[in-house]
Amino acid sequence: MKSGSRLERVLRSGRFAVTAELNPPDSADPQAVYDHAVVLSSVCDAINCTDASGANVHMSNVGVAALLARAGYDPVVQFACRDRNRISLQGDVLGAAALGVKNVMCLTGDGVQAGDQPEAKPVFDLDSITLIRTVKTMRDKGRFLSGRPIESPPKVFIGGAENPFAPPYDFRPLRVQKKVQAGVDFIQTQYCYDMPRLREFMKQVCDMGLDKKVFILIGVGPLRSPGAAEWMRTNVPGIVIPDAIIERLNGVEKKKQRTEGKKVCIEIIQEVKEIAGVSGVHVMAYKQEELVAEIVEQAGLLPRYWSREPETASNGHVASRN
Amino acid sequence: MRRLQNRPHLLEVAYDATEKALQPFKKVLKPGGKMEKVFVKGEKLTKGMIFDCRMCGDCVLHSTGMTCPQTCPKTLRNGPCGGVRPNGHCEVKPEMMCVWVQAWGRSQKMPEYGKQILTIMTPVSKNLAGTSAWINDLNSDKVKKVPTGWSEE
Ligand code: SF4
Repeated sequence: MKSGSRLERVLRSGRFAVTAELNPPDSADPQAVYDHAVVLSSVCDAINCTDASGANVHMSNVGVAALLARAGYDPVVQFACRDRNRISLQGDVLGAAALGVKNVMCLTGDGVQAGDQPEAKPVFDLDSITLIRTVKTMRDKGRFLSGRPIESPPKVFIGGAENPFAPPYDFRPLRVQKKVQAGVDFIQTQYCYDMPRLREFMKQVCDMGLDKKVFILIGVGPLRSPGAAEWMRTNVPGIVIPDAIIERLNGVEKKKQRTEGKKVCIEIIQEVKEIAGVSGVHVMAYKQEELVAEIVEQAGLLPRYWSREPETASNGHVASRN
Repeated sequence: MRRLQNRPHLLEVAYDATEKALQPFKKVLKPGGKMEKVFVKGEKLTKGMIFDCRMCGDCVLHSTGMTCPQTCPKTLRNGPCGGVRPNGHCEVKPEMMCVWVQAWGRSQKMPEYGKQILTIMTPVSKNLAGTSAWINDLNSDKVKKVPTGWSEE
């Protein structure tokens, strides 16, 4: 165990994991965080706290994560290289760990142009891969990038992202390999709406033996309406939604589109579950968190045993993932 | 001149030749030395024309498909990011081809250094900006490019 986080325990025990993303509030009130968390808590193993995703300001990643940790949830704190240099990132990793956060997700981050303050200065001192290596160095070698020792290293489970649906497609599995070399423990992918592409990606990942070295969680989420889907794929970086999905939503009455979107998401989860090398799903329900519980339940992923200690690993290859 | 970038194999051969040609002058080519200014001018001119070089001082061209990573709007050295558009264009600048889509494509045409795109590049040292990457390379024992704590296993 590297961190002992709930997410790590679930994954290492060989169970199919469910993580969910919390939409951070535009508020200084902790209650706003708890209101969002409570609908997710019983249906997922860990909750992702985004870092100004889409380059829009919200309550900070570490703020949200610390509140969740304090309430007994298992937060995954996301760090994007967009807004902080290496000095700030390393300090924040220590701070988050001190506040009880046990999962750290290392991201490049969306460009500032995607948000509502495109005039901001982008940082990108490190990139996602050098950040992964940096956090691993802090955890396993007990030192900062400068070489200076850390008194009590941050015991964190290190995450990274991948987008199998963005070009160059044949490089994506190799990029996962690079992240594995850098020291990543788990990967969460971008939203999946294109099953053939995901299958191709996972096949390459498994052929390279990467599924034995890293836990892979596939990103999924419901689409509210054809209009919302269209908006997401044009405005949110990295989201690819095939026309066929939008047509399917257009094919039902307006009133039923939301239900249809949920149905699509559940079907995708069920297909994803059967793909070799997949360790779990990461549910992102942008502005429709209340749907997450229904989706997880109807996809047959309940109950979550997160309050119990996991059984010892029954399956050899899971245990071998150091 | 920019078109030369689409001849990555030719460029890697040129890279190799330059590196070998400079070796004998190691003694006179010192960081901060007299020759540095000349080299900086030369690199700005030649690499500027061919690669749109940003003079980061720590050149990794041969490891990134002879495509300058500093021209990526996120200056990613281990790209591409997840925001690449379906048509292969950049998330930040939609009119521009993704630097890393190009880098990956070109690396596939480089028998000698192509594989290096799979190795992890260290974060660039900002204090080398504006210095000569060639001179820094020749003096790798004196010029600190990799952070002390960076672990490589
Ligand atoms: S990597 Fe640095 S030195 Fe090389 S071309 Fe790009 S900016 Fe210039």
